[in-house]
Amino acid sequence: MEDFINNFAEQIDETERNEFSKDTKFKDLDEWDSMIALSIIAMMDEEYEITINGDDIKNANTIEDLYKLVNA
Amino acid sequence: MDKNTFSLDGKTILVTGASSGIGKSIAIACSNFGAIVLLLGRNINRLEQSMSLLNGKGHSYYSIDLNKSEDVLNLCNDLPKIDGVVHSAGIVESQLFSFLKEDSLRTILDTNLIAPVMLSKHLIKKKKINKESSIVFISSISGPAITYIGNSSYAASKSAICGIAKTMALELAPKKIRVNTILPAMIETELIDSIDSSSEDIELDKKNYPLGGYGSPEDVASTVIFLLSPASKWMTGTDIKLDGGLTLR
Ligand SMILES: NC(=O)c1ccc[n+]([C@@H]2O[C@H](COP(=O)([O-])OP(=O)(O)OC[C@H]3O[C@@H](n4cnc5c(N)ncnc54)[C@H](OP(=O)(O)O)[C@@H]3O)[C@@H](O)[C@H]2O)c1
Repeated sequence: MEDFINNFAEQIDETERNEFSKDTKFKDLDEWDSMIALSIIAMMDEEYEITINGDDIKNANTIEDLYKLVNA
Repeated sequence: MDKNTFSLDGKTILVTGASSGIGKSIAIACSNFGAIVLLLGRNINRLEQSMSLLNGKGHSYYSIDLNKSEDVLNLCNDLPKIDGVVHSAGIVESQLFSFLKEDSLRTILDTNLIAPVMLSKHLIKKKKINKESSIVFISSISGPAITYIGNSSYAASKSAICGIAKTMALELAPKKIRVNTILPAMIETELIDSIDSSSEDIELDKKNYPLGGYGSPEDVASTVIFLLSPASKWMTGTDIKLDGGLTLR
């Protein structure tokens, strides 16, 4: 999980790593936009070989929700 | 001028990507306008399905991977003489620039750029393309005009095609062979399904089109008919924007 949060945080430049936890509602972040959404999709593919789409992002609220997709 | 100006009667037209989407629609339209159509694609079932929708007789299909240069050379030897080529085979893969993989960049360039260009070159060199023929490349609005996030390889391939098309147009003009490209914005086909957007985002995106929503494969096909027919005999080296008004804003 920690590893996943690290990878997640890396896609978002302006927010410090220590501001992220498994419960972070990532879509509420100031910087959240469609491009970061695509970075998350690409990161999950590259790091975890998991293919998700825009609807998966839409249906997730917290970082943990996304992490569950990795282990689904 | 009469309606024969837009006719393809007696012409033989080669259409790549004819097993799906825009290419399939183009093949059908060509047959409706009187052409004998040679359909190219990989998937035999879908090629046969496209064949079954054609009007008139004399059509044939060839299952071939256009990235296999040996096979393409052999095919060019086997083909009859033709009066028009429409390059609609193509792939899209969305990848953010910072995640760009060399392999996927090369695959896109191979399929969208090298394959149609080398096919054209072989056909010309082997004198399979008659005088006064027309060559049409289905490029895209993405690259030559605008771009989308994640579209770097695709945009590169589609811009490059426009550059080559103009050079071909200049060099082939003495034979009265014309070369033009069409730049469609989003067209409703299976290709759209391979893009990482949610259905909600797609509905929102459609609102950006002044003429209302995405285009249909038939919209592209009717422009192709114009470019293949004598109606466009004084047009070459042109990129035709076909975007429902998208780029006006
Ligand atoms: N749809 C759009 O919104 C849009 C917008 C602008 C431009 N375009 C361009 O329009 C063209 C057609 O798109 P589409 O939407 O009709 O796509 P599509 O439905 O996915 O069809 C693609 C076609 O290309 C063929 N193809 C792909 N790779 C090939 C290869 N290596 N060898 C031989 N055939 C190959 C496929 O053959 P098999 O299925 O038999 O393998 C299929 O017939 C593409 O060049 C695309 O870039 C599309």
